[in-house]
Amino acid sequence: MPKRTDLKKVMVIGSGPIVIGQAAEFDYAGTQACRSLREEGLSVVLVNSNPATIMTDMNMADKVYVEPLTVEFLTRIIAKERPDGLLPTLGGQTGLNLATKLAKKGVLDEYHVELLGTPLESIEKAEDREYFKALMQEIGEPVPESAIVERMDEVEEFLDELVRVEAKTGQPVYPIIVRPAYTLGGTGGGIAYNWDELHDICVRGFRMSMTSQLLLERCLLGWKEIEYEVMRDGADNCITICNMENFDPMGIHTGDSIVIAPSQTLTDKEYQMLRTASLKIIRALGIEGGCNVQLALDAHSFRYYIIEVNPRVSRSSALASKATGYPIARVAAKIAVGLHLDEIQNAVTRRTLACFEPALDYCVLKIPRWPFDKFNFANRRIGTQMKATGEVMAIDRTFEGALMKAVRSLEIGQLGLAMKGIGEWSEMKLEEVLRHATDERLAAICEAFRRGMDVPEVQQLTNVDPWFLKKVKDLVDMEMEFRAHFGLPDEAMLRRAKEWGFNDHYLAELWGVKEMEIRDLRKQWGIQPVYKMVDTCAAEFESETPYFYSTYDRENELAAAL
Amino acid sequence: MNAKLVLSDGTVFAGLSIGAPVTHVGEVVFNTSMTGYQEMLTDPSYRGQILTLTYPLIGNYGVMDEDWESGEIQVRGFVVKQLCDTHSNWRSTGALDAFLKEHGIPGIAGVDTRALTRVIRSHGVMMGALSGDDLPTEDVLARIAAEPNYGANDFVKDVSGGRNYPWTEPVQAPYDTLKRFHAQEPLRVTVVDYGVKRNILRLLATRGCEVRVVPCDASPATILDGQPDGIVFSPGPGDPAMLDYACESMKAVVGLGIPILGICLGHQLMAHAFGGRTFKLKFGHRGSNHPVKDLVRAGKVHITAQNHGYAVDADSIAGSGLEVSHINLNDGTVEGMVHQTLPIMTMQFHPEASGGPRDTEYMFDEYVRLVAEKRVAMKV
Repeated sequence: MPKRTDLKKVMVIGSGPIVIGQAAEFDYAGTQACRSLREEGLSVVLVNSNPATIMTDMNMADKVYVEPLTVEFLTRIIAKERPDGLLPTLGGQTGLNLATKLAKKGVLDEYHVELLGTPLESIEKAEDREYFKALMQEIGEPVPESAIVERMDEVEEFLDELVRVEAKTGQPVYPIIVRPAYTLGGTGGGIAYNWDELHDICVRGFRMSMTSQLLLERCLLGWKEIEYEVMRDGADNCITICNMENFDPMGIHTGDSIVIAPSQTLTDKEYQMLRTASLKIIRALGIEGGCNVQLALDAHSFRYYIIEVNPRVSRSSALASKATGYPIARVAAKIAVGLHLDEIQNAVTRRTLACFEPALDYCVLKIPRWPFDKFNFANRRIGTQMKATGEVMAIDRTFEGALMKAVRSLEIGQLGLAMKGIGEWSEMKLEEVLRHATDERLAAICEAFRRGMDVPEVQQLTNVDPWFLKKVKDLVDMEMEFRAHFGLPDEAMLRRAKEWGFNDHYLAELWGVKEMEIRDLRKQWGIQPVYKMVDTCAAEFESETPYFYSTYDRENELAAAL
Repeated sequence: MNAKLVLSDGTVFAGLSIGAPVTHVGEVVFNTSMTGYQEMLTDPSYRGQILTLTYPLIGNYGVMDEDWESGEIQVRGFVVKQLCDTHSNWRSTGALDAFLKEHGIPGIAGVDTRALTRVIRSHGVMMGALSGDDLPTEDVLARIAAEPNYGANDFVKDVSGGRNYPWTEPVQAPYDTLKRFHAQEPLRVTVVDYGVKRNILRLLATRGCEVRVVPCDASPATILDGQPDGIVFSPGPGDPAMLDYACESMKAVVGLGIPILGICLGHQLMAHAFGGRTFKLKFGHRGSNHPVKDLVRAGKVHITAQNHGYAVDADSIAGSGLEVSHINLNDGTVEGMVHQTLPIMTMQFHPEASGGPRDTEYMFDEYVRLVAEKRVAMKV
């Protein structure tokens, strides 16, 4: 279907202030979307309460309103501007909530404003837990079993359900997580590994819970956490932009997890199984645009559960977009005005279409940035509620290179894996942070290896996949090898160090030499960074968009491209 | 130990030897899939080729007993950026390096595979040699010159089973969902093996087919032995234009009204059987992200797994009774055909995936449904 001709003016809602638990990703998405709509010849009216954004620059939209993001103000702007359509799925939860309210209050009907992109009903289906659970059951996709119980016989009923699942799928009944509804001091919950424990926790929980209600749920702590970023158009064509694997397994919010794209420890069968499930879900929800699906995968079988679906451009989409070069928000905006994936050009190659799946020939790593340096007294423990306020993303040809770049980019005063002062941590503190993650867990993992722990021991404490742990250990081993070396390196050693992402300053510290000496040696031996292109297609096609990353490999593409 | 990859134009890529320390000659190709290296290594369609993976981290999940797509490693050599020495997956039974060594296949790590891919992209695929024992470049070039060009070989004869056998492997996850399209006894399907991938046999079996495999040079009588309800022509390696013997047998059976499925080489041969032609692509389609547009079903686009160096010339099948049913969105080449009157469906992409997306697995549903309907109709 070609672009709709009945749309002339479109209103876009921005995401408002940047708050803890949200990175600045929506500004990025909103900016892309405004550009994309104007490319199609549409007039864009932008509303955002936050003037400190790129999207509110005067050249991003035809009209910019810096006004409070409330139903009242939006109604007045709609009355004045009379847009034909409203695009709410690019401003995060804020935009989505406001659009829902405007629709429910009848404002959109009154002024004949069409809600563009994913239908409201789909959004509600994805966000209402009960509705979502029912829909997943209908299409045969597993969600973690859960129940709200008030009496012991209801606990047994829930248990019966899990026993039935076990008989069918082999998925063990335990562990089960018990969460009391409203307790004093947060006590009364826990994880049960057998009937006796479950019984005890529930008896105690019923007593402590002020409403006598407990939430029981299958416990997926320690399962692999995988995300798929998927898109669908109005003709039901679906694609995957990329998948991502969390370094930190289930139990830590993905916004607080180190995330790697693409997945590293999944076989093709697992990758495709979860991809198929994600596409099935975006189809069942009827989303038109982008969507993020989070899944938990058992590390010991093909069993998986759907954890959550974000029916809009999210933090993960921004990451996926930058990681692959695929402009998710741009394409989502075009889908919203009626274009199909096979009618949209791939803006990176300018030769192929947006209807394909990016192929990466590098590794992308995201590390969250927490504000604990500003909030000195905050609890540094991370878990199911996001505490990060930002993130860094690094690209390199290897995991090692990407990890080292990302750590340096955090601006926490760390040039390598060694965090200042961690050598003085007690064994007890180290083990505590390994077991219960804080923002310092990566540093703690490194320290554990420095103190001689092996991969299985660290895995037991952290549940992090041994593949990631071995990579980190290799880097720590190299760091220790370098620390033991004194003076200038030979060529092979320097080359190895650079390919693994050690920077000159850090190497100078480790070897007890001057940074300039290392730099000179590099020049002498021709060990220089090269620049490779992020082109969405692993070099299969020529590309025109200059988006490069540095790496220590052979061919430099920058010279040829300029 | 050092190793080198030498292209026929004299370009040399140095790296570290993985796998067996021997020198093998082959056509150097690249695949852009990010997962599925074991499936690719054991895919018979890679026979005679040195496979480069554009994804840089390989070996992460080791190798596993269930993920063989044939009985051996088929590639002549394997080129990667980084071979991961630790593998982590609950199913893995060994490391990739050991797997290559055990099967006598040389590999090379530490190569700037992106640079290599850019060479192939601009110059087209070419012959080359992977020297796992790091022979002098002149010697390697001499070895390349001494071997026939990729297109001059009949690799199909090498990879085809050479005997008739029933497919009896038990179904297993994640391909354990059984589907039935008919109430009566199993449907008999004969698969002509030009280099079949096991997942084709698995997917037919899980759809209630009794699968019999016959070799590439099976006579029409052998193919029709046991009165099959359907015939499948499998994928395989090499240039379809030189497989006259296979084409002749195909011609004899495709017009009988028995439902036919042709995949990859089977699809290309079908064009030849109806008087059409194929041509060699500059650097082929190898990857898991190829968009294919279905011209029959209202322009739906599917993401497909592909592995082929030749394609059907669309003009050459005009008036043959075959018509184009699918095209590749990237370059417009033919991706599938149907016959106007006969029950024949063919596809250039791999609906069996493994590795790759399972979006077009429904093609097996459609085919088996067709076989079931046809049998009912014939019985009446």
